[in-house]
Amino acid sequence: MAKSLYDKIWESHIVDQLGEDNLIYIDRHLIHEVTTPQAFAGLNEKGRKVRCPQKTFATMDHSISTRSLAIDACGPENQLQLQTLANNCKEHGIELFPVGHQKQGIVHVIGPELGLILPGMTVVCGDSHTATHGAFGALAFGIGTSQVEHVFATQTLKQSKAKSMLINVDGKLPIGITAKDIILAIIGEISHAGATGYVIEYAGEAIRGLTMEERMTVCNMTIEAGAKAGFIAPDETTFEYIKGREYAPTGETWDEAVAYWKTLHTDEGAHFDKVVELQAQDIAPQVTWGTNPGQVTGVTNAIPTPEDFSDPIERESASKALAYMDLKAGTKLTDVAVNNVFIGSCTNSRIEDLRSAAQIAKKGKVAEGVTAIVVPGSVSVKQQAEEEKLDQIFIDAGFEWRLPGCSMCLGMNDDILKAGDRCASTSNRNFEGRQGRGARTHLVSPAMAAAAAITGHFIDVRDL
Amino acid sequence: MTGFTTHLGTAAPLDQANVDTDQIIPKQFLTGVTRTGYGKHLFHDWRYLDLHEKEVNPDFALTKPEYQGASILLARENFGCGSSREHAPWALADFGYSVIIATSFADIFYGNCINNQLLPISLSNDEMNSLFAIVKDKPETQIFIDLPNQRVKVAEHEYHFDIPEHHKNNLIKGLDAIGQTLELDDKILDYENNALAWLR
Repeated sequence: MAKSLYDKIWESHIVDQLGEDNLIYIDRHLIHEVTTPQAFAGLNEKGRKVRCPQKTFATMDHSISTRSLAIDACGPENQLQLQTLANNCKEHGIELFPVGHQKQGIVHVIGPELGLILPGMTVVCGDSHTATHGAFGALAFGIGTSQVEHVFATQTLKQSKAKSMLINVDGKLPIGITAKDIILAIIGEISHAGATGYVIEYAGEAIRGLTMEERMTVCNMTIEAGAKAGFIAPDETTFEYIKGREYAPTGETWDEAVAYWKTLHTDEGAHFDKVVELQAQDIAPQVTWGTNPGQVTGVTNAIPTPEDFSDPIERESASKALAYMDLKAGTKLTDVAVNNVFIGSCTNSRIEDLRSAAQIAKKGKVAEGVTAIVVPGSVSVKQQAEEEKLDQIFIDAGFEWRLPGCSMCLGMNDDILKAGDRCASTSNRNFEGRQGRGARTHLVSPAMAAAAAITGHFIDVRDL
Repeated sequence: MTGFTTHLGTAAPLDQANVDTDQIIPKQFLTGVTRTGYGKHLFHDWRYLDLHEKEVNPDFALTKPEYQGASILLARENFGCGSSREHAPWALADFGYSVIIATSFADIFYGNCINNQLLPISLSNDEMNSLFAIVKDKPETQIFIDLPNQRVKVAEHEYHFDIPEHHKNNLIKGLDAIGQTLELDDKILDYENNALAWLR
């Protein structure tokens, strides 16, 4: 029978059948400071051990400052959380990349960068953006803290198989359109909850043509459509990216692995519960106007009116969102001014993102009254950018150049917006209060964010 | 953990779709290292007019006097979407909710509720409309939840709900999920011994 990529990964990880459920083996467990202290405490209370510390890797990213390497830079509570992670990792023999370490960075940036993520793996992390790693043809999903504890103790999870959705993005991606625009357009099409209960396979010419970093951006925001996981079948682009990375297989094992990875694709005629088709040529640079990532449109469009939505729930939701965002329906997006710009997050903080933003930053200076920060995703990305002198481009243009971390994506640190601030952000969530109570977030690509920084308002990056 | 079988209580209506876990418990309260004490910050941005939680927002549904003491929360589509933070069910349970009835739930949040003996119940849009109408009209209405028989009884209405069998069993028996899996150690070891070379 023809099998999908999802079927193949799923079946190769079944440890046991438990009624309608499966016990699934977890190949890679990534952890950070926010969602693990209670899981370690649970283990310790019961006198349990981490079963496979060698399959578990830890970093510090959420609760840290991007201005200082001091562990107490964001106050005593954050310090306690970071110290708790360090103590737990030491006690359980888990490799940790703490603040200041050469391999430190945002968990979803360093995993791939170090070669810790391989095709066909199951990857979990107590973090909803774990779907990022689907870019490698891995089944990667976010879990809660109780499940983190379960994986620590057993290296498995009880799971039911989800429904499957195929999203085809056909045709060539037009110039000036990025991976961020693709995923925002997809979420706009299927809605914020459109893939709840599903896993998504992304396919089609436009997806195939993406680099690994671009694929990570697409898969990263899978959760923003409600899906459990999203992935792209591995190919030469994938293998080339992984080869030679620190934790990647080598020698004969590499050859064996590649031979196996080449079998990881959806067979012709495999069943999907739902298929969605998009044309790449129809995608414009995207800007969110509301308070969930599905409330998004092309930069050339006006902000919709609630009456544009036939579904009463969407209409009500649009009306609430416009009130929170302090936007008038019918206003052109290019007339919306911003006073903050954030370039960073697990969605868009990799070297290609910074190159793309720097290309635009070169064309001007940060507009008066705008605060713009650039936060590289990892120490490694930061060093690469500095070698390429991208930091200088940003600094010369008036951007602040920061240390790696999650930063303003969620503001669990000192990068936080004030009520009424309006931010062009390359992050993944425009929820109410996400970047600061009363602050307003518009999700865009790195190039669009840089363009907003130098003009002071949204602008079609293709016009610059 | 003690098991969950039936529950009788009043409900509070949170009548909006897409309530995300950032709303349920904002990021500034995620710095804790324990599972307790999150209830006082539940729905912080909507519940309080100030950052220090001194001034309660009288217009937020859940702060109204008639809904104090409710142990059931009514919500709409896609409740608990966004971040995987388990602090969201911890906060809801700590505040005093035992059951959440909504049109639909985000996947990670649903699983997190089950792991914390917080019962998530999905009902149809029509059923939710009728439940919201009853609770808004008569906040003192008692709602009876019968997990073994998968029923919600309120006034003269009775609704059936679906729940995966294993979730139901775990909730009823209050089982330690990790303890159960550890009994399968031989099978896990067997899987590990046969794993692909580069995954060992």
